This record gives sequence, C-alpha cells and structure tokens, in this order.
Amino acid sequence: MGILESLKALLFGKHDVGGEKQDQKPADKPADVIVEKKASIIKEPKEEKPVADKITVGHVHMSGCTGCLVSFADNYEGLLTILDKYADLVYCLTLADVRHIPEMDVALVEGSVCIQDHIAVEEIIETRKNAKIVVALGACACYGNITRFCRGGQQNQPQHESYLPIGDLIDVDVYIPGCAPTPQQIRNVCVMAYLLLKGNDEQKALAGAYLTPMMNLAKAGTEACGCDVMYNVINQGLCMGCGSCAAACPVRAITMQYGKPQIERDLCIKCGACYAQCPRSFFSFDVVNQYEGIMEAIDAAMQP
Amino acid sequence: MVLGNYKQAVAARSTDPDILRKSQDGGIVTQLFAYALDAGIIDGAIVAGQSDEPFKPEPMVATTREELLAARGTRYSISPNMSLIKEVTRSYGLDKVGVVGTPCQMQALRKGQLYPVGLRDVADKIALAVGIFCMENFPYQGILQLVEDHGATALENVSKLDIGKGKFWIYTERGATVQLPLKVTHKYEQPGCHVCLDYVANLADISTGSVGTPDGWSTVFVRSAKGDDIWAKAIAAGAFETKPIDSVKPGLELVTKLATEKITKNQQFIEDRKTKFTVGKELRNPYI
Ligand SMILES: Cc1cc2nc3c(=O)[nH]c(=O)nc-3n(C[C@H](O)[C@H](O)[C@H](O)COP(=O)(O)OP(=O)(O)OC[C@H]3O[C@@H](n4cnc5c(N)ncnc54)[C@H](O)[C@@H]3O)c2cc1C
Ligand code: SF4
Ligand code: SF4
Ligand code: SF4
Repeated sequence: MGILESLKALLFGKHDVGGEKQDQKPADKPADVIVEKKASIIKEPKEEKPVADKITVGHVHMSGCTGCLVSFADNYEGLLTILDKYADLVYCLTLADVRHIPEMDVALVEGSVCIQDHIAVEEIIETRKNAKIVVALGACACYGNITRFCRGGQQNQPQHESYLPIGDLIDVDVYIPGCAPTPQQIRNVCVMAYLLLKGNDEQKALAGAYLTPMMNLAKAGTEACGCDVMYNVINQGLCMGCGSCAAACPVRAITMQYGKPQIERDLCIKCGACYAQCPRSFFSFDVVNQYEGIMEAIDAAMQP
Repeated sequence: MVLGNYKQAVAARSTDPDILRKSQDGGIVTQLFAYALDAGIIDGAIVAGQSDEPFKPEPMVATTREELLAARGTRYSISPNMSLIKEVTRSYGLDKVGVVGTPCQMQALRKGQLYPVGLRDVADKIALAVGIFCMENFPYQGILQLVEDHGATALENVSKLDIGKGKFWIYTERGATVQLPLKVTHKYEQPGCHVCLDYVANLADISTGSVGTPDGWSTVFVRSAKGDDIWAKAIAAGAFETKPIDSVKPGLELVTKLATEKITKNQQFIEDRKTKFTVGKELRNPYI
C-alpha cells in the first residue's frame, strides 16, 4: 500500500474535525481558503464514525529515553483529542498492556536499535511487517543521536555496544527529527496526515506538500550532524545567516559568528534539528505562504 | 504576486519626533514595537541592536522603549535575529514576542512555526513580526571594505549608511557624505542572497521599507489578520501619520519594478545553478 493510501486508511472516519468552528465566517483571503474548505468535512454525518474506524497507532520503544513519548504527551488535551477521536493506541509499553507488536496503521518508533539485542532486532523487523506506515519519532530513531556515542562496556549488558538508526535496518516512511521532537511538530504531522486523508483535493495537495520534506528526510539517509549546515547550506552558497539553526540546536552547539553558524562539533549530539529547521534546507512556498490558514486549521483540529 | 498578499498599502511615518530623529526611514519598525509594547500586545521584541563594532548588528531582545530606540536604523550586515527566537521565550521569558527581520528571516520564522523541529513552544508566542524590504545583505567584512577601502572613511566616524536612489550612501558624524555607485557593492553581497525570492517580506504581519515613498516616509504593507488588527489599533492611537500610497511618488510602481527585477534575476540564478556550474550535476535547490 502506498503511503498516501495508508494515510487515508489511517485517518478514515474522522469527520468532526473543526466542529467547534462550524459557524466561522467564510474567509475572504487566499491564505484562509483552507479554513473555508473545512466546512465540507464538518457536514459529513457523525454517525459514520464508528469506533472501529479509528486508525490504529503503536509506539514502539527501541533504545530511546522516552523523551519522545513524553513530548507527544506534552500536547496535553491535544493528545487526548487524538486518542479520543482519531486513533486507538494498540501498542505502547508505557501505556497499553500488549506484549507483542500487533498489526497497526502507524508505528511511531522511538529510539535506535541495538543490534546485539536480538529482541530489539526482531521487534523492529516485526514493526516493519506489521505497520503500514513507519514513522521515526525523534532523533535517535532517525539519526542515532546520542546513541551514536555508545561503545558498550556498561553494566549490566556490556555487550550492547552497537546502536543503529532504524533506517539502517528497515525502510522508514516519515522522519520527525529533534531531541526531543517538539510537541507541536508531532501534532502538526498528525493533523496534516488527517487532512491528507479526509480533506478535499486542495487540502490533500497541501498536506502532501507539507509532509513531503519529512518523507524526503527519511529517504535522504541516517546520518545527521551540525556539519550538515556547512556541507549542504553554506558550502552550497545558500546560507543567509538567519540563525534558525542556532535556535534549534538543543545543546547550543551552534553560535552565530559574523552572521554565519559556527558549529562546536564536539558538542553536537547528531540530532538533525539544525538542518531540518534551516529555511534553506527545504522550503515550500506552496505550504509556507498559507501559514495563517494552516495554523488556524491545526488549532481547529485540536479542539476537544 | 511579487508584492505578496496584503490587505492595504500606505505611506506612513511615526508621529513621534524622538523616534524619527534617528530612524532609518519613517520609524515604522520602532514605532510599531513601541506602540505594541505600550499596549501590551508584545512583551518585547528581537531587534538588530548595536554591537561593540561600528555598524555590526547584534540580535538583542528589547523590552523597553529605550532599548527599542537604541536599535533604530539599518545596519547593512547580517543580524541573525532568528537565533534568539527560542531563547526569547526561555531566559527572557517573553510570552508575546515581537521580531523584526529581512524577508528571509520572515521565511525562517514561518517555516519555524509550521515545522518547529527544534523550536518547542515557540510558534504560538509570535505576536508581531515586522518585515523590512531587502534587496541584498552584506557580510560585515564587506561593509568594512566598502566604507573604508572604497569610501576612504573610517567606519567609526559614520553616522548612517543607506542604499537608495541607485547609490550606497555613507554619512559621517562631521557632515561629509560619500556615495558609491551600487555597481561596486555587488561583489560584496552575501552569496545566499542570490537565491532569495522575496523583496518586500511577504510573510511578515506588517512589512516596510523606504522604496516608493519620499525621504523620511516609509512604504507599509499590512498583510496578515494579526497585522491588520495591530495596524488599525496603532492608527487609532495616533502612532502614525499616513497618506494614500497612490498620492506619493514614486509609489508602488517602483516597488513592483524593483521586486520584479530582484526575483527575476534570482530565479535565473537558481536556474543557472542547475546548469552553469556543473557537468551532469546540480547545485542544491532549497525550494521544493
Ligand atoms: C540588509 C538590509 C537591506 C535593505 N534593503 C532595502 C531595500 O532594498 N529597499 C528598501 O526600501 N528598504 C530596504 N531596507 C530597509 C530599510 O533600510 C529600513 O530598515 C526600513 O525602511 C525600516 O526603517 P524604519 O525607519 O521603519 O525603521 P527603524 O525605526 O529605523 O528601525 C529599524 C529596525 O530594523 C532593525 N534592523 C536594522 N538592521 C537590521 C538587519 N541587518 N537585520 C535585521 N533587522 C535590522 C533594527 O533593529 C530596527 O528595529 C533594508 C534593510 C536591511 C537591514
Ligand atoms: S538556518 Fe539560517 S543561518 Fe543556519 S545554515 Fe540555514 S540559512 Fe544559514
Ligand atoms: S549541531 Fe545541534 S542541532 Fe545540529 S545536529 Fe548537532 S546537536 Fe543537533
Ligand atoms: S536579500 Fe534575501 S536572503 Fe539576502 S538578506 Fe535580504 S532577504 Fe535575506
């Protein structure tokens, strides 16, 4: 099943997004079009939303610190909205009492895989087999992040020494980089996936455009470093010194010196946030020009 | 479309003589922030303050009128204002953030709100983003060479730098004025500016620049719903004197002309990066 199809299956049946804003004034500016179009979703009858049609989501915990899951939960009532209306959590060691990885629409994988731990290896393979869409949630799953620095010898499993980003073992569909990935980034991916399935043609195109860079990151590879802004931005003649990379870095490895990023490479934990945040890594005018409408639509979707 | 979406365009200047005394043009940026601070719309703003080297900007968080006024005027060098966008909500503790920036910084800001990969809890705190028009920017060393080598003027004696009427202007503290043809400035431009496809900060809430209006006045585009609301309140509070944009010379015609020139030239450069630098390869294109 293609990712678009899977996402459709995933979000099937969620008709009441934006219900709170039903009597909203129709927009008159191009940027607001997306809000106006939501009306067509709202009009669909609510009875068509049997609980069985909720998508199934699992949180697969590899070698990560649970910070990604906590970040997802930091959407507070937004998380409840997602679990209440859109998704059944079918697997989550922290929150659901299920031992074996079941079939599911979306697997959110946190953490890298220790290849000396045969259970972890089996589970990531099982995850790929059982999930239609695999999302690498957070920097360890995407790029290894701090687990890149592991070299074994610790108690009580000294032989656990080699940790790989999940993309080195299985195909991954979507990356959400960052350490931890931000609650708002996780939320935005959820809402965009929803619009991709349930929206009208225009919304689908928009959501596809929104998610494309995160799918492209998943295709681009499993290595990240502050060096990426040197190799792929400055060396390519694209840096204009905005400072977004420095703001995004969770360990303050980047300072701006004479208008350009200066990377303290020993501090870098390989999370990939700087490059993904840079407006000159990827930038879609189709998406960003509609920022007002998109932000309103996301707020509406998160209404309980 | 080269001017982006906007709800209205006007010629304007601040009604505050204190602000106008050292503002670059009509004092729009400083007046907007000063009003918004007063009215409780923002808790402070990220501005390009003065560092300890002359005309080298330094991103700063201004939380008082004095700090806003100290940052007046254009510094034609890179001020990475986005580098403070998370910190401003953390150690500075601002919940309602103002930020001024060039068109590329407005792009960075909106991307950061839609894709907050490393910007936790920032997106909802942006209360007022003011964009300034921008044709190009310069590394600090470029400004130094332009002023000191080409202009034969010590940078520490300079009171104002300006680009306008086809010239690079150097005004000194003692009243002398040096002008350089823009031609000599081009080679010092920041390379990243050559792929830039926005002249008038299309993604700001309100954007402003000198082009289009007489000296001492500014061209203002009111763009977003938020910008519209704040502009209306600022006008009601008497913060600005305005004139219809059609009533001033050279007006939007010149803005459109310059915007079209910039975008066409840079689009061509992006095309050239695919074909003219390489054999069987392409330089990277950030726009997807
Ligand atoms: C690099 C650059 C190129 C420009 N090119 C053009 C142009 O081609 N055409 C045009 O019409 N206008 C251009 N401008 C804008 C113009 O010079 C004025 O900044 C603008 O009109 C605002 O003037 P004001 O009197 O309203 O602002 P003021 O009240 O004087 O305040 C100016 C504000 O801009 C901020 N600022 C100063 N330097 C920078 C910087 N380097 N980066 C980010 N923020 C800064 C200051 O912190 C201050 O808050 C350019 C500005 C810059 C920085
Ligand atoms: S985020 Fe801005 S400063 Fe950092 S590499 Fe990208 S363009 Fe340059
Ligand atoms: S420099 Fe910072 S943001 Fe970039 S990859 Fe390293 S730790 Fe992450
Ligand atoms: S020309 Fe574009 S990239 Fe360069 S500073 Fe101005 S807005 Fe930024």
